[in-house]
Amino acid sequence: MNITLTLIAQVLAFSIMIWLVNKYMWGPINEVLDKRRQKVAEGLAAAEKGQQEQEAARQKMADELKQAKVEAAEIISQAQKRAGEIVDEAKNAAVEEANRVKAAAQAELEQEVSRAREGLRQQVSSLALAGAEKILGKEINAKAHAKALDELTAQI
Amino acid sequence: MSESAQAADPVAYIQHHLTNWSTSQPKSIADFNVLHLDVIIFSALLGGLLIFIAKKIGENLSLDNPSKLQSVAEMVVEFVNDQIKNVFPHPDKLIGPLALTVFVWVLAMNAMDLLPVDLLPSLWTGILGLFGADPSHVYLKVVPTTNLDTTLGLALCVFVLILAYNFKSKGPMGYLKMFLFHPFGKFFIPVNIVMTTIEELAKPLSLGLRLFGNLFAGELVFLLIALLTLGAGFSFGLFIWFPMQVLLDLAWLLFHLLVITLQAFIFMVLTIVYLGMADATADDH
Repeated sequence: MNITLTLIAQVLAFSIMIWLVNKYMWGPINEVLDKRRQKVAEGLAAAEKGQQEQEAARQKMADELKQAKVEAAEIISQAQKRAGEIVDEAKNAAVEEANRVKAAAQAELEQEVSRAREGLRQQVSSLALAGAEKILGKEINAKAHAKALDELTAQI
Repeated sequence: MSESAQAADPVAYIQHHLTNWSTSQPKSIADFNVLHLDVIIFSALLGGLLIFIAKKIGENLSLDNPSKLQSVAEMVVEFVNDQIKNVFPHPDKLIGPLALTVFVWVLAMNAMDLLPVDLLPSLWTGILGLFGADPSHVYLKVVPTTNLDTTLGLALCVFVLILAYNFKSKGPMGYLKMFLFHPFGKFFIPVNIVMTTIEELAKPLSLGLRLFGNLFAGELVFLLIALLTLGAGFSFGLFIWFPMQVLLDLAWLLFHLLVITLQAFIFMVLTIVYLGMADATADDH
């Protein structure tokens, strides 16, 4: 338990050790630690940025989807309107055509009827004449009774 | 013959183990003609080993995939960094390497205490014996921190640094003012000078003596445990003493693991605290 020259030697050794430790231990390890810290910070920043970009993309997608839906709805409503118009037009044309056909048919029918009636009427007069001849037993002068016959025909 | 006679004598055994391998034996309490070779060699070897390991780690430092050794080194550096951050107001370039050196070097020197007390001295005696040396005059102390020169040498460095930091942060006048007006104010200047001087001197002394005392005592207890079977021949008593020695040795070893780490840690923390106090300007007080 004495103080000796060793003390000076240890002071020197300590000074050298501090220098060596700084050069081979403290310096390099701290450098690595700092670099890693920086890398982690950069990674976190990049992750944050990526998240923001993703959020923006999601927002944009939602907007576009919304717009597309609106446009689709518009197109559909237009198409429905147009379809309704087409149907209406077709219906109107059909009704018109039907009316026209009906009118033509009716006119023809009426013509047919009046013609038939005319024929019948004439036949009635000759029939009546024949019937009257049978009843009277003699020939009726058609000319003489033409006036009566015409009246008769008109009554039928 | 002389070896067994010396080995059987407990007092001689302990004294032999507490004597350094030196250029000559010191004649007074402070004898600057003496160099303790074992202290210098072992502290230098341990320092070299640490730097060698550091260089090995430094060869392939990796950012993403650190080796196990690198992780340990990073942990230690981070640990020292934390301690500094907690107490040092304005860390500079010196305090980090200084604190790390204190921690790893003192820890390594303390750890020599965990080797069996007779292992290296016996080997050394055997080797020198081959060259015809007298075993009773072959000395070897393997734990550098059980030597006052080492611990006080470190403490002296810290003391000088405390002075330097004080001068740097407070200026010569500021430092003088601290001696005059601290701790009792301007009406007790003589008392203040004495008090502050004692305070400043106590710092390095307590630092060095604490480490020395703890490690010296630890070494001594290991020696006392070794005495249990010292020079014992084969006898019935050996069946009692030998297991007891093993148990005691193990218990003290486990406890001592704590002590050597703690003492290295305390030396480092106090170094940081003292220098932090010295670095603090009057405004920081």
